[in-house]
Amino acid sequence: MKNEIIIAGFGGQGVLSMGKILAYAGLLDGKEVSWMPAYGPEQRGGTANVTVILSDEMISSPVLDTYDVAVILNQQSLDKFESRVKPGGLLIYDPYGIHRKPQRTDIKVAAVEATEAAIESGNPKTYNMLLLGALLKLVPMVPIETVVKGLEKTLPPRHHKLIPLNREAILRGEQLVENL
Amino acid sequence: MKQHEEEVKLLKGNEAIAHAAIRYGVDGYFGYPITPQSEVLETLEALMPWETTGMVVLQAESEVAAINMVYGGASSGKAVMTSSSSPGVSLKQEGISYIAAGELPALIVNVMRGGPGLGTIQPSQADYFQAVKGGGHGDYHLIVLAPASVQEMADFVGLGFDLSFKYRTPAMILADGVIGQMMEKVVLPPAKPRRTDAEIEAQCPWAARGKHGRKQRNVSTTLELDPQAMEKNNIRLQETYRKIEQNEVRFEEYMTDDAEYLLVAFGCMSRICRKTIEDARAQGIKVGLLRPITLWPFPSEAISRLAERMKGILVCELNAGQMVEDVRLAVEGKTPVRHFGRTGGIVPNPTEVLDALRKEVIK
Amino acid sequence: MTKEEIISAGGSKVAAKPRLLLDVNMHYCPGCSHGVVHKLVAEVIDELGMEDTAIGVAPVGCAVFAYNYIDVDWVEAAHGRAPAVATALSRLNPDATVFTYQGDGDLAAIGTCETIHACNRGENIAIIFINNGIYGMTGGQMAPTTLEGMKTSTTPYGRRVDLNGYPLNITSLVKELDGTCYVTRQAVHTPAAVRKAKAAIKQAFINARDKKGTSFVEIVSTCNSGWKMSPEKANKWMEENMFEKYPLGELKNTVNPK
Repeated sequence: MKNEIIIAGFGGQGVLSMGKILAYAGLLDGKEVSWMPAYGPEQRGGTANVTVILSDEMISSPVLDTYDVAVILNQQSLDKFESRVKPGGLLIYDPYGIHRKPQRTDIKVAAVEATEAAIESGNPKTYNMLLLGALLKLVPMVPIETVVKGLEKTLPPRHHKLIPLNREAILRGEQLVENL
Repeated sequence: MKQHEEEVKLLKGNEAIAHAAIRYGVDGYFGYPITPQSEVLETLEALMPWETTGMVVLQAESEVAAINMVYGGASSGKAVMTSSSSPGVSLKQEGISYIAAGELPALIVNVMRGGPGLGTIQPSQADYFQAVKGGGHGDYHLIVLAPASVQEMADFVGLGFDLSFKYRTPAMILADGVIGQMMEKVVLPPAKPRRTDAEIEAQCPWAARGKHGRKQRNVSTTLELDPQAMEKNNIRLQETYRKIEQNEVRFEEYMTDDAEYLLVAFGCMSRICRKTIEDARAQGIKVGLLRPITLWPFPSEAISRLAERMKGILVCELNAGQMVEDVRLAVEGKTPVRHFGRTGGIVPNPTEVLDALRKEVIK
Repeated sequence: MTKEEIISAGGSKVAAKPRLLLDVNMHYCPGCSHGVVHKLVAEVIDELGMEDTAIGVAPVGCAVFAYNYIDVDWVEAAHGRAPAVATALSRLNPDATVFTYQGDGDLAAIGTCETIHACNRGENIAIIFINNGIYGMTGGQMAPTTLEGMKTSTTPYGRRVDLNGYPLNITSLVKELDGTCYVTRQAVHTPAAVRKAKAAIKQAFINARDKKGTSFVEIVSTCNSGWKMSPEKANKWMEENMFEKYPLGELKNTVNPK
């Protein structure tokens, strides 16, 4: 089993950390993982994307041109990556700020209103965890509890009080795609 | 920190270098921030190894100062290292030449970015010539290790120091922005303690660390105004390089057994080429990979041997054609050798490599 | 005259050769200040019992071969980089007493960055700075400390500040840095000056050993070859010209404040 994923949006949306949490969960689950960011000058508001691969076998290239799953958080990223989802693959996008919706018909498309849900929840910083919940519901590549365990291991103890909040956000994210 | 046992972590290549350095028992790291390698210094400062192993970590005022700190530390027999990225490594070249001339062990890490000039901060392999042909002034070589994974970033710290001390010559880890910035699973080796003063004195009787009762004083110098004596120094260096060429060539072959075509690539490009091979073989193209692990000494013999039965070779690099020259020297015209490269910080995807293989080699 | 003849002619006037000054001919020109300062460094190391713990860092310049003359461990640095080399030696070998021995071109031109930052970090090292206002080894070119109007091979009509800038008073500069604990300017042109210079060098080595911060000892010196003067005339010229721009005395002492 291999999942090749691109997560793309603005810097500050938690793109890189979402990818890292997913990769870490994969690691805990015994998988081979890679996390390859498109890096640039340290800057807020610029575009950010990360390629995450979870695989049962050794990973060859961390750099890809096509993906099984794309998680798209702004229009530029949608324009750039929609064509690069493999036929039969999955495109998850947040419709907030999207004025040109995905056009492809040979892939599964899931609109996840994560911005709205994050604002509603009163914890906008859990935005990327909502998306992660949605992603894992649609593509259950690692158990949610492994993700939570990963948070415990990677977050410094002073941030452990935030783990229940993140867990809730992941579960809420799952609900967002329940009816899709 | 579980220093005394192996530990599995998810780390960036740059972070792995820092963790591995502490666990190897490195005595000192001297660095200067430059993208895309700053995480080496940042991670070391965050881990505070001076409180655990006693390792010295210092942010120097420049790359020039940092490499001269390495020269000073190495002169006293300590295991010392620095890291930088391309423009910074250019600045270090004078110091690297001194370290080589002084027959001193040291580890230099170059996480390459695109040049020339200030260039870009995106990945590149355009410092191949600089690394394998010397780099600074004078006749010398570095042992050049090219990691292709985060695991190798960690492993080559120890390997680099071991080889460097064995031959008393500086070693370089020649990585790139992809390997430095990507995260992968890495198994960190168990920590070993730093060498004691007595161990250093025994291992490095040449070290200028204070006479400590020694009758003869030790002097670390690279100056010799007598041409006869200076030629002897050069001959001694060359003899060392011949030994390294005989004993330390490292490379990896992938799917070469039945291959009709060969890709040659190092570092991140070798990873991309593996995916190309998966895709190509799915389409019935029999292609394999030779990945040099040591760029100097270069696996010329292995390439020459494989060239005998290949219909063609494609050398894939993040530069305008550097390693391809060494491949051609090794192949000696036995089969066509073509080059595929991207520059300026662009990392090609596996499909581009496959297209190039079709266009340039298979035809 | 052979060495033995010189010693026998001197009779009782030759007290002794410093034990740690190696028995080889120095390459310095007759009348050069380096020989005197080398002797003082050798005496200080011996008197402080640092033969086994001292590590010297030699520069590029006339003193490049300092390691041939004083019987301790040495590292020969690249041009200007001695303070960086000394930084690592000192930090990695905390039991050692590390000193650099540098000229004005090495310390105040190509190595200004390393000088300022080692002093600013307060590295526990002693810096011995020979300022003779000229590049000696390469044949008498302008140094950062060359005085206005002074003729050198690259300022054949005299240094012009409109073309070459002003003489650099690096010692006053490092005095202002929080990392320096002891900054002094001395000379070795008279017996009295030699005695004072020796005391200053000794203080610097003690400070380095005791991890008090950076000690900086400038020795205003002559280069009779580069200045194209007899040693005697060079001493006089130094007194009349160099001391005005580079006045002798202690600039800073936080270890033993007066």
